[in-house]
Amino acid sequence: MAKKRTIRTIPQERTPVREQPPGERVKNFQEVSLGYGLEEALVESERCLLCPDQPCVRGCPVGIDIPGFIEKLGQKDFRGAYDVIAATNLLPAVCGRVCPQENQCEGVCTVGQTLKPVAIGRLERFVGDRAIAEGWSNLPYIERNDFRVGIVGSGPAGMACAADMAKAGCDVTVFEAFHQPGGVLKYGIPDFRLPNEVIDAEIRNLYKLGVKFECNTLVGRLFTIEQMLDEMGFHALFIGTGAGYPAMLGIPGDALNGVLSANELLTRCNLMRAKEFPNYDTPLPLGQRVAVVGAGNTAMDAMRVCLRLGAEKVYCVYRRSRTECPARGEEVHHAEEEGVDFRWLTNPIEVLNDGKGGVRAMRCMRMELGEPDASGRRRPVAIAGSEHELEVDLVVFAIGTNANPIMGQTSKLKLNARGYIDTDADLATSVAGVFAGGDIVTGAATVIEAMGAGRKAARSMKAYLGLRDADTPYRGDTSDLPARCFGIDVRERNFARIRVA
Amino acid sequence: MSQSVFEIVAREDFSDVTYLLEIRHPLMARAARAGQFVIVMSHEHGERIPLTIADFDRDKGTITLVIQAVGKTTKEMQQRCHVGSTLHAVVGPMGIPSPVSGAKKVLCVGGGLGVAPIYPQARAFKENGAYVIGVLGFRSKELMFWTDRFNACCDELIVCTDDGSSGIKGLVTEGIRRAIEKHPDIDECVAIGPPVMMRGCAEATRPHKIKTVVSLNPLMVDGTGMCGGCRVKIGSEVKFACVDGPDFDGHLVDFDDLISRLRRFTAEEKAARERWSETCRMRSETTLGALAAQSSARTGGASSELLELPDPFDDARGG
Repeated sequence: MAKKRTIRTIPQERTPVREQPPGERVKNFQEVSLGYGLEEALVESERCLLCPDQPCVRGCPVGIDIPGFIEKLGQKDFRGAYDVIAATNLLPAVCGRVCPQENQCEGVCTVGQTLKPVAIGRLERFVGDRAIAEGWSNLPYIERNDFRVGIVGSGPAGMACAADMAKAGCDVTVFEAFHQPGGVLKYGIPDFRLPNEVIDAEIRNLYKLGVKFECNTLVGRLFTIEQMLDEMGFHALFIGTGAGYPAMLGIPGDALNGVLSANELLTRCNLMRAKEFPNYDTPLPLGQRVAVVGAGNTAMDAMRVCLRLGAEKVYCVYRRSRTECPARGEEVHHAEEEGVDFRWLTNPIEVLNDGKGGVRAMRCMRMELGEPDASGRRRPVAIAGSEHELEVDLVVFAIGTNANPIMGQTSKLKLNARGYIDTDADLATSVAGVFAGGDIVTGAATVIEAMGAGRKAARSMKAYLGLRDADTPYRGDTSDLPARCFGIDVRERNFARIRVA
Repeated sequence: MSQSVFEIVAREDFSDVTYLLEIRHPLMARAARAGQFVIVMSHEHGERIPLTIADFDRDKGTITLVIQAVGKTTKEMQQRCHVGSTLHAVVGPMGIPSPVSGAKKVLCVGGGLGVAPIYPQARAFKENGAYVIGVLGFRSKELMFWTDRFNACCDELIVCTDDGSSGIKGLVTEGIRRAIEKHPDIDECVAIGPPVMMRGCAEATRPHKIKTVVSLNPLMVDGTGMCGGCRVKIGSEVKFACVDGPDFDGHLVDFDDLISRLRRFTAEEKAARERWSETCRMRSETTLGALAAQSSARTGGASSELLELPDPFDDARGG
């Protein structure tokens, strides 16, 4: 064993990752970050202190044993590193790319208190990519049972839930309304951030677990969840349909033809391959000068897609400042490098007609930050007399989503006041046997949070079906020891109290 | 990826531009209700186009689509889709089914392609015991279809043609005017067709305060409420036709907005159509020569005029 690492002995600089140069990459849809090579990954793995405290594990929504996999990686045991990640995370190659690590594992990293935190996301991606290249997949011994589980939506929440239920031995079918599985990973996140091959490779692992996919199936309309439970023989269902109902700008002119949601732009470009029009049939409105309203990850994706489609000028219009911007730091940084013109503290008030139903310009106001609002962020206040026009011919709005109404329209599921599905702490809905998680419960969030919800719902579902949850490690909870005799957790609810004579 | 097969089991050509496809999809035949639509992808590189379900047969397990060949995709489907061939994707039924109210006397108005989707509604009203007055509008007698089906479920049927070659000469609004004159007690009007026609219907019934339901046909991508491309203005509200509709109160719909939004891709549509016709012409010189010669001999002048003046609205949702 090597000498114990301390903050002084580890490599002080965070290993930089190779990227396509900005000037080149804005002309293609190839991945921006090229990922760590072997040497780089090994050097970066040295930076982990393997501290006993492990704040990163708690910072991860699915609780990956981060020091565990980094240690294996450092020993060049790549398969071992993959095994550690795969124990909790189904999609390492995806999560390494799209997780907001700076708010999760890397944000709480012990090294990060003194130096730059360990690049956990890049290391995870390295392991995930290696696994895809080598064709590794961890197929546990699965003891089949007779339960049938239906998953509505093939996005990250649905996939995570499907994997756990398949590993528990259930017969799992995933239903997807689009013609390809993957949900937001496919239609939303562009290729330069998450290539489709990576998603397909990760989905293949689900097939290997015995998960079935039914595309072109709009649950709720083709059959309802009640029918699935009563007639189609499903014992439990998970609903992970995502939020997907874009919020409107709500300003004059937002119905003009040059105004569209980021969801529409990205779906056309990513899933329908409109960027290859006319080789693919779906058209895409091209703007020479584009304003994207909002500054989340979706907004960043939309801006960078527009640049790659040949826009001359792309503005980011956001009513708060850079500090409040919700996008991943790396995405903002990449967008800046690629030449997006950020207009912080600017709020659109009207989209102006070019006289032919298109967009001529967008009228905006300058803002300043006032008192903190309900979200804890400082509320932007308009500066009087600061009206100005941005000359643009395309306006893309990425200002969040509302709840998709289809599930509510077609079932008796209880919804909350905002139209999202109401669940208890265990993600059970008002209908017995039906669980829900991801954006359709919480509103728009991140891929890893949706996966976390999918896994949590799977745990509840196993408890509901009376399946022993072999996947959940029983971490010492000594507070109620008598209730945890024989390794049985009361929370499993799978045993009845009996009285002997 | 696992996918079911969407097989075409019947095809019928109503004219050189209008054709009917019957697709095997037992689950959908069971779930479909009047007023709903499907999204079709004809092949892997295709676009997703919304098409109204014109009919469904629960016993045979099929759904029927009536399509007008105006854009690249619909023209290509006209050439490629035959009995026994398959479509890449068919998803639905989408949208909220038309609520078939308990109205006693109903006016069912269909214009052009809208004649097809109004049929299941007329039939549903009839089954509900209503007195059904059908008003159908066509460009000319040659383009007429399904009048036999309507005769079977309508108590009165008024056919209007633009050139007067069948029924009364004039637009469907003329038929509506006559129907209202004869029956002042009409409770409800349902109108499906191109936006201009639906606007005309809404204006014709507005003075009489007859509740008018129209089925909107904006451009769509996913059809599940995710993209917002199909947003329409209903009174002061913005609604998504795919999940909040497609049926709305005709007296509240902002038709100017709808028509303008339907023109969104006019340039791209035209380019795609031209590019496609060009490749077809090149191909027709070799393999499709005989077929093309045959069809052009049959079509004559009338349809080439139609082809040059495609109605952008018809492409959107079989409207």
